[in-house]
Amino acid sequence: MRDELTYFGARNDWQLIDLRELWKFRELIWAFGFRDLKVRYRQAVVGIAWAVIQPVMTIIVFGVLFSVMHGKPTSGEVPYAVTGLCGLVPWQFFAAAVSQATLSIASNSDLLKKVYFPRVVLPLSAFVPALVDFAVALVLLVVVMAYFAVLPSWQIVFLPLLIVATLACAAAFALWLSALNGIYRDVQFALPFLLQLGMMICPVVYETDAVIPPAWQPIYYLNPLAGLIQCYRAVLIGSPFPSAASLAISSFAVTAVFFGGMLYFRRMERHFADLS
Amino acid sequence: MSLIAIRAEQLSKQYFIGSKDNPAYGRLSEAVVGLPKKLIQSTQRWLLPRGHAAVARATSNHKATQFWALKDIDFEVRQGDVVGIVGRNGAGKSTLLKILSRITEPTSGRFGITGRVASLLEVGTGFHPELTGRENIYVSGVILGMTRTEIKKRFDRIVEFSGVEKFLDTPVKRYSSGMQVRLGFAVAAHLESEILIIDEVLAVGDAQFQKKCLGQLSTVAESGRTVVFVSHNLTAVNALCDSALWIEAGRLVATGPTAEITSQYLSRSTEQLLEQSWPDPTAAPGTAAVKLKRIAVHSSSTDGRHFVLGSALRLEIEFWTMTAGLTLNPSIVLQTADGTPVLNTVPQFEGTLLDKPLETGLYQCTCEIPAGLLNDTLYRVQLYMIRNQSVAEWRLDDLLCFEISDDQPRSAWFGKWIGTVRPNLQWQTVRLGQLPQSTSADGTHAQ
Repeated sequence: MRDELTYFGARNDWQLIDLRELWKFRELIWAFGFRDLKVRYRQAVVGIAWAVIQPVMTIIVFGVLFSVMHGKPTSGEVPYAVTGLCGLVPWQFFAAAVSQATLSIASNSDLLKKVYFPRVVLPLSAFVPALVDFAVALVLLVVVMAYFAVLPSWQIVFLPLLIVATLACAAAFALWLSALNGIYRDVQFALPFLLQLGMMICPVVYETDAVIPPAWQPIYYLNPLAGLIQCYRAVLIGSPFPSAASLAISSFAVTAVFFGGMLYFRRMERHFADLS
Repeated sequence: MSLIAIRAEQLSKQYFIGSKDNPAYGRLSEAVVGLPKKLIQSTQRWLLPRGHAAVARATSNHKATQFWALKDIDFEVRQGDVVGIVGRNGAGKSTLLKILSRITEPTSGRFGITGRVASLLEVGTGFHPELTGRENIYVSGVILGMTRTEIKKRFDRIVEFSGVEKFLDTPVKRYSSGMQVRLGFAVAAHLESEILIIDEVLAVGDAQFQKKCLGQLSTVAESGRTVVFVSHNLTAVNALCDSALWIEAGRLVATGPTAEITSQYLSRSTEQLLEQSWPDPTAAPGTAAVKLKRIAVHSSSTDGRHFVLGSALRLEIEFWTMTAGLTLNPSIVLQTADGTPVLNTVPQFEGTLLDKPLETGLYQCTCEIPAGLLNDTLYRVQLYMIRNQSVAEWRLDDLLCFEISDDQPRSAWFGKWIGTVRPNLQWQTVRLGQLPQSTSADGTHAQ
């Protein structure tokens, strides 16, 4: 039988995300992202300023805490405000992107029952508002660096690469967590706690070398974000790069989580409409 | 020779029902509690949802009730055809539409489609109350499958069709529900796709707008697009569709030209359905908050099953409220065989239980329909469960079906009486006086 029909049936094999189809639906990422952006600050008085207030307040709190305790969270060559923000800005982007993405499948369950689109569009479009906040926070970082007269090294040219790596990292976790939360709503209750824990096991408010003993570092760098955040500091304020071995461990970990997430999401997406 | 637009081959969809296998959503704790036992079997299952076929197969001790919402459906739709799907509530019509629009996957079998598919299973898909009308047109349009350029091109026509020009930059949350429906349909009506899948969206909106929508639908059909259309309104199906599929209990009963199928469907469904009950709340229809236990109609005749013009009828509705604190009331709509509404009736509120939030439990409402109100025809019973005396919690169609016979002709006219009701109204007849003097007794004018 020769005809032009495209057939669809039960999928029982493990597949990766269909990137060609996703490209066809790229405008949908815009539509959802636009909707979330528009809605987010509708009834907020200071609106987008929250993207600045959050990191500033966090840095003040930790700065005061460390100085009261006489702790040495950094090597101390650069003011704590700058070192801290270099870790906090990418971390807050990661945390916001992952937590919004995790909720995306569950909070759009009505829509999932009414119209077809590749479900992965939802966690990805949840990144849009987080990216906007990230951009604002980067501007804040530039202002703070200028205020303390801290100049970035020439390696600043690698910053776009780091941002892409952060996105991949966030996507890797978002795929897993949004799919799991599409089926087990427990994930959304555990997530705030997990993110808090994550902030502690990443060099967000401290520098790796100042706090983590060298013997523990191979295990420490299994956390893909650990290497990444240290790289942000390296290109922004010239801290030492993590060792090549640590970076290899981090990259391996993030690749594994990313492809595992693609497989798991694709496997689970057909149940979202039936289960919610 | 005409090309095929949709072909279904042995399409089947299985659902799992019962308390354990049909959670509103999965709970991780259940998976964790069962973990020691399951770990021995497979770690994969831990990550698969409850109700997944592999889980059911592996845990054979899990008492899963399997239920085929659709079983071995085969059909073909030619390009440019408008196909109506008819069948009772729960026959599997909506499941079929969901599979064809790829919202859910078939359990087995497959279907082929050609070209872009747009599905319209609700009005205002993707609308967000905080966004303005203009923003929602773009967002909803893209969600339904249009590109931004296409929307821009049709924007003026969409706005004109919806009739909300003045409120384009007002958040949709300030719209009346009628305006929201009009805007939602306007977006959907301008979708450009080769195949359009529509579920009963015409059941909303005021009469004038419904007429406009039906008009738009027939324009769509004339433009050569393929349309698959589910409706309880057989008049609409007859008017719009070239052919029809009749589905009953998940199986395809018949397919063919519309007039043939609808008349077959009507004659089959005139079998009376005087009572339906669901003893198990988990399997009963409704929502998690309130479920229907039983609905029945009795006649005042001696055996209770003899439906004639001279007998009163009693409708009994029993429902469970599973969530405390809801103000609920049933609302009955009687329809004729072709879906034309006859009347809508709700219980009295003042001084009854229904005036205040209900405790959880089993409730019964009864309604007396007096003798001498209905005509000798077939009636279908539709039940709404209304929350806060304003919002429909759910709606169930064709719950009951009864036919009233004319047993005692009260005049020399033995034919059918016109109308969907035949009330015994009070008439008075008096003789007002004599003929005018100028008129003669034999009826001719004297001069």
